[in-house]
Amino acid sequence: MSESFLTLRNVSKHYAGVTALDKVDFEIFKGEVHCLAGENGSGKSTLIKIISGTVQPDHGAEIEIAGQPQHSYHAINAIHKGIEVIYQDLALFPNLTVAENIALGQFIAEGKKIISWKQIHLIAQKAMERINVKLALEALVGDIPIADQQLVAICRALTRDVGLIIMDEPTASLTKKEVDSLLGVVMDMRQKGISAMFVSHKLNEVLQIADRVSVIRDGKMVGVYEGKSLNDEKLTHLMTGKKVEYTPYIRPTSQQDPILELRNLSRRGLFQDISFTLRPGEILAITGLLGSGRTELALALFGVNKPDSGQILFAANGAGLQPVQINSIQDAVRLGIAYVPEDRLVQGLVMNQSVGKNLIITTLENLLNRFKLLDNQQIQENIQRWVKELSIKIPSVDSPVQTLSGGNQQRVVLAKWIAVNPKVLVLDGPTIGIDVAAKFAIHEIIRSLAEKGLAILLISDEVPEVYNNANRVLIMRKGRIVKEFETAQTNPDEIQETVNLTA
Amino acid sequence: MKKLASRHETYVFIVILIFSIVITAINPTFFSLENMFDLMKSYSLMGTFAIGVLVVLIGGGIDISFTATATITGYTIAVLLLRNGESLNIFSVFLIAGGIGVLLGMINAAIIHFFEIPSIITTIATLNIYYGLLTFFSTGKWLYGFPTWFGDFANLYVFKLTNAKGGSYGFSVITLIWFGFILVGWLMLRYTVLGRSIHAMGGNLASAQRAGFNILRLRLFIYGFMGLMAGFASVIQALLVQTVAPNSLVGKELDVLAAVVLGGASLTGGTGTMIGTLLGVALIAIMSNGLTLMHVPSFWYKVVIGLVILISVGSSAYRRKRTSSQKLIIEMNE
Repeated sequence: MSESFLTLRNVSKHYAGVTALDKVDFEIFKGEVHCLAGENGSGKSTLIKIISGTVQPDHGAEIEIAGQPQHSYHAINAIHKGIEVIYQDLALFPNLTVAENIALGQFIAEGKKIISWKQIHLIAQKAMERINVKLALEALVGDIPIADQQLVAICRALTRDVGLIIMDEPTASLTKKEVDSLLGVVMDMRQKGISAMFVSHKLNEVLQIADRVSVIRDGKMVGVYEGKSLNDEKLTHLMTGKKVEYTPYIRPTSQQDPILELRNLSRRGLFQDISFTLRPGEILAITGLLGSGRTELALALFGVNKPDSGQILFAANGAGLQPVQINSIQDAVRLGIAYVPEDRLVQGLVMNQSVGKNLIITTLENLLNRFKLLDNQQIQENIQRWVKELSIKIPSVDSPVQTLSGGNQQRVVLAKWIAVNPKVLVLDGPTIGIDVAAKFAIHEIIRSLAEKGLAILLISDEVPEVYNNANRVLIMRKGRIVKEFETAQTNPDEIQETVNLTA
Repeated sequence: MKKLASRHETYVFIVILIFSIVITAINPTFFSLENMFDLMKSYSLMGTFAIGVLVVLIGGGIDISFTATATITGYTIAVLLLRNGESLNIFSVFLIAGGIGVLLGMINAAIIHFFEIPSIITTIATLNIYYGLLTFFSTGKWLYGFPTWFGDFANLYVFKLTNAKGGSYGFSVITLIWFGFILVGWLMLRYTVLGRSIHAMGGNLASAQRAGFNILRLRLFIYGFMGLMAGFASVIQALLVQTVAPNSLVGKELDVLAAVVLGGASLTGGTGTMIGTLLGVALIAIMSNGLTLMHVPSFWYKVVIGLVILISVGSSAYRRKRTSSQKLIIEMNE
């Protein structure tokens, strides 16, 4: 096991005055499962790019592969040495079949001119057999789930004589079940002597199978640890350099009259018989596995999935609960319901527009001057206010949203919806894909909003997040609520067990 | 069977059948071998253009300058035929027209690649430049009076039949040439690494770049191939009408594009088949011919074409939407 596949010594990289990597040493053994952990901006990506040969390190670095020093090391050398990188976007072709995606690269690499479809299927079949997966060879890659697409990308890497597969954030968009089967595939690869390297900032699942974990922070290697010796908390500490612990939220139980009540709300195939109440100042969490119906339920409150039966009651303008119809997003907004989507990238933001424009998009109607035209001064004041209030870190309010980090993007989405002064805020997976420090900042914001009297519906599949922030937790399975907990009277393990039990 | 039902081509074929039945019921002349052979001959022009457009669309681009390209190549060969037509033959004519076409197409590719200008803008610009320059140099003159061998070649038939009135008709050599192009195009798209690379590039340009495809080479090829087809089409046009007029082709770009899109090619790249394109051209040909035979005023032709495009493309988009939402529900129920 201790035979080295890849050794890096004294690797530094400076970009125009910025130090991305500072004298980093790094080693991967043959057949090892290795994790590279670090927050966004810690130098992870630069290190991957150096390993894959797309970026050259500063003078003085040493790279050895299988004991041989590499003098001029570029992308093509990395490929010849059997190093394959699977990026987060997978770089597949959605319009081609599974088989072709796996095998086409080999035809090109061998300089062939003519396609043999038999050969394509053979190559694909062989690659799949190596890691014991079965996929429909004739299916278009664009038609299969992300998890299967990831397997296609792995199979494609396996068509070459590969020694190390590097996976960038491989579990970010997978469900628990899919993560497990991916990890199974990685274990199979290990058996065959292929090393795997995971790059991540969220290592829960991966920690379980990693032999070793290298932690990088601010361009420096913090250290290398046995996978078994780490837990989530310790890793977070190493990654951030700060002792960040979940500080349990002291949850004042809200005594106010409910603002929202659902009675037997159902929509065929999505959710069944959902009843609960929500009070101002309360954080109510809904958890459950992906596909349990939690997002679909949330969308019903936002006028997107119209329920077939059941009632939604809402206390508008201080009056008591009244039955309401929410037929459109406009209806929901009028009542004072705001929804911050799970997939902030697609649903919540206009990515190529500036932060400022994104912030005010929900409140344009309030920003008109007396000629019914947009009042530029009011707009600027508004934007400045929200940037300050949610401490969004940006070079300028004119920078496009896509240049922001995940945490800051999520803050922009939050600000956008808080700006409409909602009474009920539905947060769907508010901290998915953002790093640990940003996550805690967002939790702070959520709690302070609740203290200001907002009713918050927090949808999340991370039990610690749910336990530490909510007053009550509802657990969903196959579209039904199967269990309710008062967080004050339970513990994270009990919640986790209930969630897993419902799998 | 299930696979067949999910294919766009099947639906186009059904529409063609329905149209054919309706037209034949009104005017039986439609459903005669003579009419079919005539259509296959005269639509060789649009069909040849369509092959090039298909390849460009699959590669994720678009080209609408091809009619101007064809006007230039057509005019060039016409001038050569008039000056020393006896020293040329049909092969050299195709070779010259195709060669100039490839060159003009590659200019498009180079502009698109090096200046990163969207292909639609680039080719609108080159359409105007090519066409404007040609109008200047040709002063808009019509060219005719080609050597007799050129006229004779256009009247060659693979086999000949005689109709009731004693006139003869048959399977034209021009149609045969068009079918040859289709075959070559189909083989290229389906059975060469080049063809599959074009599909890949059209499906996801970023992935193709990362996988190490030579994007410049692929682009030079697809636009060059479009130019080649434009050049060949201009020879077919000259054979069909034995006249080259500077203004006879420009303006037909969108009809060709419509036929290819009708055949299932996507404007966003990556999808489209040769058989679909053939069916798309056939549908346009049959509708146009059928409306004439049914004595419908010609302006209705445009309205009907527009409607058919909307319904066809709309229904396949709807089907896609439905299958993707079904998939979502299935995944949730698991």
